[in-house]
Amino acid sequence: MDIRDLQGYGSFFMTIFLVVMLYGYIIHLYRSEKKGERDYEKYGRIALDDEVTSTPVEDKPASERENEKENK
Amino acid sequence: MQANAALEYDYSLAKKFTFLTILFGFLGMLVGTIIAAQMAFPELNYLLGEYGTFSRLRPIHTNTVVFGFTVSAIFATWFYVGQRVLKVSMAESRFLMVIGNIQFWLYFIGALLATISLLFGISSSKEYAQYEWPFDIVVVIVWVLWGFNIMGLIGIRREKALYISVWYYLACFLGISMLYLFNNMAIPTYFATEGLGNIFHSVSMYSGTNDALVQWWYGHNAVAFGFTVPIVAMIYYFLPKESGQAIYSYKLSLLSFWGLMFVYLWAGSHHLLWSTVPDWMQTMGSAFSIVLILPSWGSAINMLLTMKGEWNQVTENPLIKFMVLASTFYMLSTIEGPIQAIKSVNAIAHFTDWIPGHVHDGVLGWVVFMVMASIFHMAPRMFKREIYSRKLMEVQFWLQTTAVVLYFTSMWIAGITQGMMWRAVDEYGNLMYSFIDTVTVLHPYYTIRALSGVMYLTGFLMFAYNIYKTMTAGRELSEEPQFRTPMA
Repeated sequence: MDIRDLQGYGSFFMTIFLVVMLYGYIIHLYRSEKKGERDYEKYGRIALDDEVTSTPVEDKPASERENEKENK
Repeated sequence: MQANAALEYDYSLAKKFTFLTILFGFLGMLVGTIIAAQMAFPELNYLLGEYGTFSRLRPIHTNTVVFGFTVSAIFATWFYVGQRVLKVSMAESRFLMVIGNIQFWLYFIGALLATISLLFGISSSKEYAQYEWPFDIVVVIVWVLWGFNIMGLIGIRREKALYISVWYYLACFLGISMLYLFNNMAIPTYFATEGLGNIFHSVSMYSGTNDALVQWWYGHNAVAFGFTVPIVAMIYYFLPKESGQAIYSYKLSLLSFWGLMFVYLWAGSHHLLWSTVPDWMQTMGSAFSIVLILPSWGSAINMLLTMKGEWNQVTENPLIKFMVLASTFYMLSTIEGPIQAIKSVNAIAHFTDWIPGHVHDGVLGWVVFMVMASIFHMAPRMFKREIYSRKLMEVQFWLQTTAVVLYFTSMWIAGITQGMMWRAVDEYGNLMYSFIDTVTVLHPYYTIRALSGVMYLTGFLMFAYNIYKTMTAGRELSEEPQFRTPMA
């Protein structure tokens, strides 16, 4: 088996691997929403309610922001 | 920053890059129109000596619209959208403002000098990568500074979740970084020839088929990460914001994003069908190009479905019309590209005028329309004034839409005619036509293309005038509009 065959097989199996990953991701998205762990659709609001004073759709924990301020 | 001071978004960088978008857009399209006219009337090649020939001007056209116009628009919209969806003002970080301003001036001066260098014939002769190595270094520095700004703004954000547009901007940053570095690896001939060569002239580090593969991996993905990904970032923000409708399916936007990232990088070898690259690689390029329809249409359909129940806005708001037309052209060109990548179709289409036809329905219909729509949306917020003229927008829309249709239909007919004539053989297997026969037949279509260029450029000037008048004479707004852009 020469290098070109190896490249061909490498590409083929990597494609299969990535396809499995992508389909796994679709299942993950729908399953976590069905189980109520996450609501992905609420993130669409980020574009609509985007004033600097608006309440974030998902707030960064206050402690995290305080830490950042101290580090500035 | 005082806790009680009214915090506002800082649009100074978005404004500066908007001006550059308009400047480079005009320059790039002007040169494009000139070279389209040269194709129809070759005597126009000799108006300015060596500086006016097609071969000198063509790289200026492509590089100015890619690295001048589109990249400026990417920066302009990032410095607007980035702040808003992360809910943090640039004014909150002096460091990021300084970095952003250095990025602006370095980019402006670098882009101008790079354009002049092409006019003087200083070129590395790789398509869409003609800038010689000193300019490549400037591009890299500008890009790294932009990277600092993206990461910096993300670092100080209030909104924890990264909106889908931010993912697309990040992909644009990472994709172009990788592509640009690898394809522009070159050695100045001065160092390779014991002083006989020139310090400003370099040769690629790759050769032969490898060079072609790296070049088209770059060339095709420059379209992916320059003309697709950041423009999708724009429409995912500006269409929902302008229409007041959240994205139809946020999950579909995530899925299309990863699908696009996964598939796009493998499709570049469709530029090298029937060439010396390994056969399996050609087939892979074709196959991935067909699969690419799915994530592309995933985004486009998501955009169109965002307007579900609100289609009346297309007639009421010209800005929505611009964006809906842009996503429609995105659908058209992302079905056309895969068709051209099928090996048997490519046998006719390759090297013909159908290819620039395809590029231009994508770029004129999708990229430029979306960029202009973004600027129309940003202008009243940045300048606190109403859009100067709605009527002018409407006229511009129809003029430019007609121009795009004339461009791609003439090039479809020209390309397929050309491809068929090149392959036509008589009963003994001899070629029926010589090259000049095809040129004679194509002349009317080249003339139509030049005319469409004049029309599109006129539309762009109307856009520039409308923005200029908005800045200087538009009715002042007392408060920032929430959704629909106000216009007189």
